[in-house]
Amino acid sequence: MYAYDRYDQAMVDARVAEFRDQCERRLAGKLTEDQFKPLRLMNGLYLQLHAYMLRVAIPYGTLNGGQMRMLATIAEKYDRGYGHFTTRQNIQYNWIKLEDAADILADLASVEMHAIQTSGNCIRNISSDHFAGAAADEVADPRPYAELLRQWSSFHPEFSYLPRKFKICVIASEQDRAAMRLHDIGIRIVGRDGELGAQFYVGGGMGRTPMIAPLIRDFVPLDQLVTYSEAALRVYNRYGRRDNKYKARIKILVHELGAEEYTRQVEEEFAHLLEQGVEPPLAELERIKGFFELPSPLRHSREGGNPAEGAVREESGPPDQVRGDGFESWARHNTHAHRNPDYVSAIVSLKPVGGIPGDATADQMRVLADLAEQYSFDELRVMHTQNVVLPHVAKDDLPALWQALSDAGMGTPNADLMGDIIACPGLDYCSLANARSIPIAQRISERFAANGKEAALGELKLKISGCINACGHHHAGHIGILGVDRKGTENYQLLLGGSEAEDTSLAKITGPGFDERGIVDAVETAADVYLREREDGERFLDTYRRIGMAPFKEALYA
Amino acid sequence: MPEATTIRLRDDTPCMEPAVTLEAFAEQTNAVAVRIEPGGDARELLAHLDRLARVDIAFPAFTDGRGYSAARILREAGFAGELRAVGDVLVDQLAYMRRCGFDAFAPDAPIDMADAEAAFARFPEVYQSAADPRTPIWALRHGDGDDR
Repeated sequence: MYAYDRYDQAMVDARVAEFRDQCERRLAGKLTEDQFKPLRLMNGLYLQLHAYMLRVAIPYGTLNGGQMRMLATIAEKYDRGYGHFTTRQNIQYNWIKLEDAADILADLASVEMHAIQTSGNCIRNISSDHFAGAAADEVADPRPYAELLRQWSSFHPEFSYLPRKFKICVIASEQDRAAMRLHDIGIRIVGRDGELGAQFYVGGGMGRTPMIAPLIRDFVPLDQLVTYSEAALRVYNRYGRRDNKYKARIKILVHELGAEEYTRQVEEEFAHLLEQGVEPPLAELERIKGFFELPSPLRHSREGGNPAEGAVREESGPPDQVRGDGFESWARHNTHAHRNPDYVSAIVSLKPVGGIPGDATADQMRVLADLAEQYSFDELRVMHTQNVVLPHVAKDDLPALWQALSDAGMGTPNADLMGDIIACPGLDYCSLANARSIPIAQRISERFAANGKEAALGELKLKISGCINACGHHHAGHIGILGVDRKGTENYQLLLGGSEAEDTSLAKITGPGFDERGIVDAVETAADVYLREREDGERFLDTYRRIGMAPFKEALYA
Repeated sequence: MPEATTIRLRDDTPCMEPAVTLEAFAEQTNAVAVRIEPGGDARELLAHLDRLARVDIAFPAFTDGRGYSAARILREAGFAGELRAVGDVLVDQLAYMRRCGFDAFAPDAPIDMADAEAAFARFPEVYQSAADPRTPIWALRHGDGDDR
């Protein structure tokens, strides 16, 4: 993975000093809260319902054991002993004191981490495929491109006061495991006639006006990535709406101009910027790629074949052993095919039955750090589904890994199943929320653990947001839940048919909402319709797409 | 105009002419100073840059970042006159403004010169090529400067 050189370290250290100075001026009353707010947001510091929340960047979701251990230390030293992994592949701490913020950033900088631009109207932490570099179906590891863009976007002088936040995602496979087309810019690295380049999708997003990003450019050469991004951002910075914060995201600009006109403007700006020398040389991309080479034991399988050539194989799943202790179930659900057929990527569930989705204690983080060092070449990934991945695990090590995870409460075999719920912090923490999300997730998780239907339901992505800002991705859930405030009471709308994968679609509302208890019943009712109606091999989403909303409505509102 | 508090990073004689609006400039072809509001298109000036001594770019609110793009566009087109950030200009944005090509600052509330200098010196290097002469880190890494 990427390692800082003295330049990167100096920039992060300078940022710590800058923010320390800004905090001191705020505490001394020399900065007003209005003046301070954008500055603290650009360092990841939000004011929530009960305290400050700090969001730490985990670039493209990749970190090592030492960094995970530091996250544990911070949880204990400055918070209440736990942290919350987010849909942005980051971690958030919910009980931070302003006085400690600069010290936390300094601790992070000591392990090459930061909170730069994890909030605010600027280019945010760049996300990617959680199996990047390990998955069998990629044309390349997308992370070097994400790192190139991370550096370009860090402290960008022109794009730090954008109309609204700006999220970029980079993937490199046809399979989309990162909700690429639901980002402000979604980039897919593709091969064309033996050359790598980038598809640019611009203007996607969730929030109160969900949109799927249209393709703006089918192939941007690798030595023009930064220039093209700069052009796309400049058109947005100049013409994105600033009169209404709810219409300020780039998706509204692209929608109002039309994709064709927006593209024309970007191409014009791009042609101009090509003359300006803003693009790093390809040698810089090559330098970054050097950090992401597979560790050498991973480059050769036992059969001696070249893993890079290996497509996803049926038999590349985990070993088939009959043990009867839950291992098989975990290995079946929580592993993903690796480029090297001797290895898998293992998904660590942060969704125990009845737990808070994405929360991990400091002790659990330390266990993850140890296991990464022992079994996964010192590498971890944070998933947008609020779980953690050990990307490079030898199949022979899986039983021992599973045992260690189970002992630490992280061995739940539910990846992509009903219990693997995405939920935003909701009204338990967030000042924007209209309703609680976490208790709904807990009740649903408990219900389906008790009724035993989870295994029969198979892949079913349930996503819960506590307000229309959609941090819980409810638009993209096979089943989505949106919490609203109805005359002072929490009310929950049910949505069906969303997908954040390569078959991106937006979920539709079933009809009138439900109360806290009713929504749990409603989810079970929808699940039962699927179990009754499904044909061979269909997932919930497939059945919904085939039979439509009517049978679900009939069952829900009979 | 709050001349007393203007921070100027140029050595030439300041142009003291009042700035006209973009709209007025289209008709007043003898004006040498123009003021661009956030919604104004800096590219309307590109054909006339050689006779402009100063462009004021207005920041009614520091959170409105359109002026950063306007400044870069003018510098990319070769504008060599004074580029002045006017309005809600605060010490924490000065360094980014300078990187986008501003070389004069007329803040509504005075900025201490020592604070401004500290802000300009805060970051030892830069990650991007912009409208200032600073060498990006990627260039330093690949020969334009030492090698680590």
